[in-house]
Amino acid sequence: MEATVATTETQGKTWEGGNQPLRASYGKMMMWFFIVSDALTFSGFLAAYGFSRFKFVDAWPIADEVFTHFPFLHGVPAPMFYVAFMTFVLIFSSVTMVLAVDAGHKLQKSKVATYMFLTIIGGIIFVGSQAWEWGTFIKGEYGAVETKGGKILQFLDTDGNRVAISSFATDIPVPSDEAHVDSNGIWYMGGETATTYSYEEVTAGFLANDNLLIRTQYLDEHGHPTVLSREASIAKLKNDGKLVVEGANLRHNEYGHPLFADFFFFITGFHGFHVFSGIVINIIIFFNVVIGTYEKRKSYEMVEKVGLYWHFVDLVWVFVFTFFYLV
Amino acid sequence: MSAHANDHAVDHHDDHGHHHKQSFITKYIFSTDHKMISKQYLLTGLFMGIIGIAMSILFRMQLAWPEEPFQIFELLLGKWAEGGVMDPSVYLALVTIHGTIMVFFVLTAGLSGTFSNLLIPLQIGARDMASGFLNMVSYWLFFLSSFFMIMSLFVEAGPASAGWTVYPPLSALPQAIPGSGAGMTLWLVSMAIFIASSLLGSLNYVVTVLNLRTKGMSMTRLPLTIWAFFVTAVIGIVSFPVLLSAALMLLMDRSFGTSFFLSDIYIAGEVLHNQGGSPVLYEHLFWFLGHPEVYIVILPAMGMVSEIMATNARKPIFGYRAMVMSILAIAFLSTIVWGHHMFISGMNPFLGSVFTFTTLLIAIPSAVKSFNWITTLWKGNLQMNTAMLFSIGFVSTFITGGLTGIILGDSALDINVHDTYFVVAHFHLVMGISALYGLFAGVYHWFPKMFEGRMLNKNLGYVHFWITIVGAYGVFFPMHFVGMAGLPRRYYTNTAFPYFDDLADINVVMTIFAIITAAAQLVFLYNFIHSMYYGKVGPKNPWKATTLEWTADVKHIHGNWSGPIPEVHRWAYDYSKLNKDETGYVIEGQDYIPQHVPLQDNEEEMHH
Repeated sequence: MEATVATTETQGKTWEGGNQPLRASYGKMMMWFFIVSDALTFSGFLAAYGFSRFKFVDAWPIADEVFTHFPFLHGVPAPMFYVAFMTFVLIFSSVTMVLAVDAGHKLQKSKVATYMFLTIIGGIIFVGSQAWEWGTFIKGEYGAVETKGGKILQFLDTDGNRVAISSFATDIPVPSDEAHVDSNGIWYMGGETATTYSYEEVTAGFLANDNLLIRTQYLDEHGHPTVLSREASIAKLKNDGKLVVEGANLRHNEYGHPLFADFFFFITGFHGFHVFSGIVINIIIFFNVVIGTYEKRKSYEMVEKVGLYWHFVDLVWVFVFTFFYLV
Repeated sequence: MSAHANDHAVDHHDDHGHHHKQSFITKYIFSTDHKMISKQYLLTGLFMGIIGIAMSILFRMQLAWPEEPFQIFELLLGKWAEGGVMDPSVYLALVTIHGTIMVFFVLTAGLSGTFSNLLIPLQIGARDMASGFLNMVSYWLFFLSSFFMIMSLFVEAGPASAGWTVYPPLSALPQAIPGSGAGMTLWLVSMAIFIASSLLGSLNYVVTVLNLRTKGMSMTRLPLTIWAFFVTAVIGIVSFPVLLSAALMLLMDRSFGTSFFLSDIYIAGEVLHNQGGSPVLYEHLFWFLGHPEVYIVILPAMGMVSEIMATNARKPIFGYRAMVMSILAIAFLSTIVWGHHMFISGMNPFLGSVFTFTTLLIAIPSAVKSFNWITTLWKGNLQMNTAMLFSIGFVSTFITGGLTGIILGDSALDINVHDTYFVVAHFHLVMGISALYGLFAGVYHWFPKMFEGRMLNKNLGYVHFWITIVGAYGVFFPMHFVGMAGLPRRYYTNTAFPYFDDLADINVVMTIFAIITAAAQLVFLYNFIHSMYYGKVGPKNPWKATTLEWTADVKHIHGNWSGPIPEVHRWAYDYSKLNKDETGYVIEGQDYIPQHVPLQDNEEEMHH
């Protein structure tokens, strides 16, 4: 449609018609209302998350124990450090976005371009970090055993430190005819992906190491995880254990309740998709700035509109961060 | 940004020279003109409506004459009616798709899509929607979602069959019923696209009403139609995204193995891995949309009925501000009552009593509106045009259906009739039939605006109206008693229960009424198509209405008014206004004063 035309006459009251009562162009208002709508989609997800978490409040994984990794720092516990870094990057990209919008108001083309560029870089770092975070989460660290009832058993030594199953599981060789070999074809349909160690191997290793205990996914009345005695641990593992879980996917989750992983993947994934589309839109706008589209228009309102979206995506992250990592 | 200030109107007009060369594709297919988009919505909605109503006739026949062979079943349903006897699974599919099509495709997109598009720019005095392009995208997404919904009918295992509410686990497990396979996936895809379409449409309606009102058209001078469309769009923006949440999570459960809504399931001898999810969570998310959805359906009809009633009673609408307030109150309350659909879902009974309270509160604004309509008719100079008859019919069915809502909204009473035909009768009268009457009233009233002055035939309209109102009550009035007797809904047949044998005859009566009513719609279709081409061309303002759309050019031009946009000087309901001395009308010999007429010397300024 046509370019914005400022109404010269401002007689009458705000809502009398013939003006823009909220002093915003239709495009900006559409973005606002879109944000309201999108916010409600996220609210739906977060409400569902709250509903499910409340239902399993006695068995919900503790985020501090799940997100402990930092790139290049293997074996160094760094709970929440990386997600804090990600959050910082994303919020900082909002700052550069504000600067871009501000430069747009002053019609400073090169400044807008620079800040847009920084915003895009920030977004890319965030999405990349999220991919790394997902990778780490999927890979897992210690491994666990899932019971027949679908509950998770984790392993501790007598000092209360987590022990990885790889450090104690006994190697029981598998007959080779059961294993898949490349000559049978690269692509094949099989059962579930085999874990590094089988349930039998973990059980044998557990029995061989007297200093190992089992921790269930249930929290006691003080909110601490329940640790079983050695006898109870052996009984639990032998009677209820079913399969080994390494890492997390949409069905199994070594950190605790599978719904935790379901919601983690779904909500951060949906948010990551928003960030990704935000980056794509930002890139388009960035090129429009560079080729001078808005300079010709004498208005950088498009930068302002994508800025609104970008801030919204940041704000949603603040909520996702709060509910998944902090609370 | 479309400029609408009066001093720019002239420039606008000059532009038309180069705008006007339009090819067939830009004029009729990918049009960005709100009048054309409105017609596209209407025609698509009517097409979907034909399918939806035809389906209802098929399953009504099965209910009346259970498991009896009919040629037509075999003709239309093919392998699902071998030898002409309807298969139980296709019965469920028909009920599901009938509900989905009527609620979303006919009464949401077909009703609010059509009339919001047609009337918002014309009645507020704008040259088009704020963004014509997004408006076009909105329609074509709607078209695409209709396409997917129709395609799902041709899937090998059949379309979605889990009811229009598609509760998991039934809808989530392809092993559960044939209809939960590819048909269900297409249903979810179609709905996701529908939500995107509805969102784009609603964004446009809201900002157009806020930003593009002509000079003098303050919010309290807006016709009630616009208020209704505006608030409907706001409800849509708020509630549809939550349905999107539910649909996406359901899609994840179906296709990617998550357990949001699934837990402890044993099916066909197999234990599923899903644990921890809750179907009640789905119901919460679904009904957070589902309930506002019924107001998305009914509010546009209410707005149009208010407008048509005032025009045809030649009286100002009674209680304009009360009408606006009640629309806002209904919109607010609609978001906090969803639990009354879930009284027997296992939800905490305390929550049930809270939802009973909020639900019964809705009776207040609804009653305000009903009384205001009746008072508007009181001592009016009633013009019994077809649109007026349908509007009166609307008030009748809205009250009849609303009264049973009080019973269903009370958790203690609801338990007795939950999931019986009592519920079916209630919502068909209060939102289905009422909203359809609103749709018909709108079509009869604004047909000249859509088809460049051509009017629908009034006598055929009378035939349509009287058969429809008698027939619709014939279907749904007895249905209440059938429901009170305990007949459950969604059952393919009740012959297995001797207890229901007494109800067999009344089921035949309802089905015969349904067939007659459906046949009457053919009269409407004939009238519609015939009048599109050969209808009598009426005067510019055929109903002598005050609103701005009748000042616009009869011939459709891009920009609506060939001259400058009229300025507004009064509210929309100056019907039969007397002059200061009360010796006659303000304008001699004319019982209405259009909104663009300035205040006259011989009239008193009223503050409505």
